[in-house]
Amino acid sequence: MSNQPLIKVEGLRKLYPIDGGVFRKPSSFNHAVDGLNFEIGHGESLGLVGESGCGKSTTGKMLVKLFEPSDGSVKLQVGDSYINVSNIDRNSRKDFRRNVQMIFQDPYESMNPRMTIFDIVGEPLAVQDIGTISEREERVAEFLEMVGLTPASSFMFRYPHELSGGQRQRVAIARALVIEPAFVVADEPTSMLDVSIRTGVMKLMQDLAERLNVTYLYITHDLAVARYMCDRIAVMYLGKIVEIGPTEELLSNPRHPYTKALLSAVPIPDPRIKRDAVQIEGGISKAIDPQPQCRFYARCPIRDEHCKTHDHPPLEVKGNGMQVACYKVPVE
Amino acid sequence: MTNSSSNRSNGGSSVWQARWALFRKSAAANWALFAENPVGLIGLGIILFFLLLVILHPILLNTVWDPNVYNPINGFDPQSPVNPAPPSARHLLGTAPQGQDILSQLMFSARNEFILAVLAATVTVTMTTTLGAIAAYYGGVIDNVIMRIVDLVIMVPALSILIVVSGLFELSIVQLALVIGLISAFGASTVVIKSQALSIKVKPYIEAARVAGGGDFHIIFRHLLPNLMPIALLYMMFSVTGAIFSEAVLAFLGLLEVDMSWGIMLNTTRNLGFILDFSNRWYLIFPAGLSITLLSSAFYLVGRALDEIVNPRLRQR
Repeated sequence: MSNQPLIKVEGLRKLYPIDGGVFRKPSSFNHAVDGLNFEIGHGESLGLVGESGCGKSTTGKMLVKLFEPSDGSVKLQVGDSYINVSNIDRNSRKDFRRNVQMIFQDPYESMNPRMTIFDIVGEPLAVQDIGTISEREERVAEFLEMVGLTPASSFMFRYPHELSGGQRQRVAIARALVIEPAFVVADEPTSMLDVSIRTGVMKLMQDLAERLNVTYLYITHDLAVARYMCDRIAVMYLGKIVEIGPTEELLSNPRHPYTKALLSAVPIPDPRIKRDAVQIEGGISKAIDPQPQCRFYARCPIRDEHCKTHDHPPLEVKGNGMQVACYKVPVE
Repeated sequence: MTNSSSNRSNGGSSVWQARWALFRKSAAANWALFAENPVGLIGLGIILFFLLLVILHPILLNTVWDPNVYNPINGFDPQSPVNPAPPSARHLLGTAPQGQDILSQLMFSARNEFILAVLAATVTVTMTTTLGAIAAYYGGVIDNVIMRIVDLVIMVPALSILIVVSGLFELSIVQLALVIGLISAFGASTVVIKSQALSIKVKPYIEAARVAGGGDFHIIFRHLLPNLMPIALLYMMFSVTGAIFSEAVLAFLGLLEVDMSWGIMLNTTRNLGFILDFSNRWYLIFPAGLSITLLSSAFYLVGRALDEIVNPRLRQR
C-alpha cells in the first residue's frame, strides 16, 4: 500500500458550455481543465501553480467533489482499494468525506458569520455524526490548541468576525484537519494573509501534515510559497499541465518555456543580479474550443511549424524526474 | 481527549451554557440598538398597550364588569335602554347599536387580532423563507415553478382572492389566518428572500459545508435559513400589518364568520346606517378604526426599527 499513490487522477476534464439553451445543445465549450493526469503519493505535497484562470482551482474543486468532472476520473485510496470519486455509492461517500477536506482561500468568506468557532470547526464532526457533543467539544479544543489558538476556551465561543485574518485561517486549518483526513486540498490558503503571518501559517500546515500524516494538494500562484510547501510542483497553463517534477529541479532547471517565463517574473532580492528575462507575448486567454495545436503556441518564444500543425504535446519524461509537455524540449 | 473528560462529560452542557450566554449577549446588544430608536419603541409601546387590553378583558369580566351587561357579543345594559349611546361613566366608550359595551368589544376583539396576526405572520415567514431558500438553492425547474406561482399571486390582488375564498367558505379566524399566511407566502417577500438566498448560496462557506459532508438539508437549514432569518423577521412584521388590514376589510364587507372583531364593529355600524353620521356617532367609528390603524402601524414601526438593526447602512451615524 505504501508504494501506491493516494490520489490517482486520470484524464480529468472540465468543460463549461458557452452558449446553448433549453432546446439547443451548446456548440462551444471553455476547456477549463483539459485532460490532467497525475498522482500524489502518501504524505507528499504537490503544488499546482499557474496564472489566474488556468484551471487550478477547478482542478482542486473536482478533487473534493465540489464540481463534477466532465470526463476522466479521480481515484482515492481508502484502505487497500481505490474508490472512484466521481462515481461514488453511499458507503464510499462516507469514506470519501472522512478522508478529503479543503482549506479555502478567503478566511473571511469561508465561515458562516452566524456560527461560533466551535460550530465551524466541529461542523465536519457534527455532520458526519462523530462523537457526542462533549466529545466534539474536547476534540475541537484539542485542534484549536494544535493550530496555536490557545487557550482554546477563549476562542471556542466567539464569532469569526472577532478574529484576525491569520487567526481565521488557523481556524480553517483546524476545521479541515479535525476529522484527520488523509488528503487536503489547500486553495491558496495564504494568499489573502499579511506577508508577516504567512510564514507562520505555512509552517503550521507543514508541521501538522507531518504529525497527522496529511497529503496536500497545494494550489498557489506564488512560486516561493510552492517552493516552501511542496515536494513536487505541477505547472498549469490553460487547463493543461505543461511541466511536472520535483520542486528543486523544476525551479532550478526549468525546461518548458512557460515555466522559464514564470520563473523569470519572480523578483530577485538583489539589484546587482541580472537575469535573462524570458519574453512571452500577449496575455492568457480562455481555452474556448482550442485549436488542435500546442496551447502555448501563440505566446511561445521557441515555437515552430511542427507545434502549429500538431496537437498539444503529451507529458513526456525529459530527464531527472521531470515530465514536460513540449515538442521542442529535448530528452536528456 | 482523555484527561479532561471527567470535568466536561456532563452531556455537553458546557456547550449549551456557552450558547445560552452568547444568545443572551447578542439579544442584549440587539435590544440596545432597538432601544436607541424612538420609532421602534413607540411601536412596541402600542403593541404592549393592546396586549394589556387582551389580558385585562377576562379579568375585568370576572371582577368589575357584570357579564350580562358587558358581554362583548350579546351584552345589554337595562340601565341604558337607548342604543347606541355616547360615552358615559358606565360605558367609557359608549354602547353599540345593539347595546353592547364598545370598550368591551374593543378589548375582546384585540385578542382575535393578535391570534390572526401572529398566526398569519408565522405561516408567511416559515413558508417564504423555506420557499425562497429552496428556490434559490435548487434553481432550475423547482425555482421556476415556485417563482411563477409567486408571479401569479402578485399579479392577482390578494384581497380579491380573499373575497372569493371567504365567499366560498365560512372562515373562522384561524382559517383566515392560514389563508392570509398562505397567500402572502407567495408574495413579493418571497422574491426578496430568494434574492438574498441567492447571494448567500454562492458564499464559500456553503462550499466548505459541502466539503465537510453536509447534504442539501444541512446546508439549507444550518446555513441558508439562519442567514435569512433577520430579513425574514422583518417581513414578518410587515405581513402582520397586511393581515390585520385584510381581516378588517373582509369583516367590514361582511365576509367573515367571526363573533367579534374591529372590522365587524365597523360592519354593524355601516349596516345600521350610522357610518356617515360621524359628527354624532363618532364613538361607533372612531375606537375600532383607530385601533386598526394603530395596531397595524405599530407592527410596521417595529418592522422599520428592526430594518435598521438588520441593515446597518440605514442607521443614522
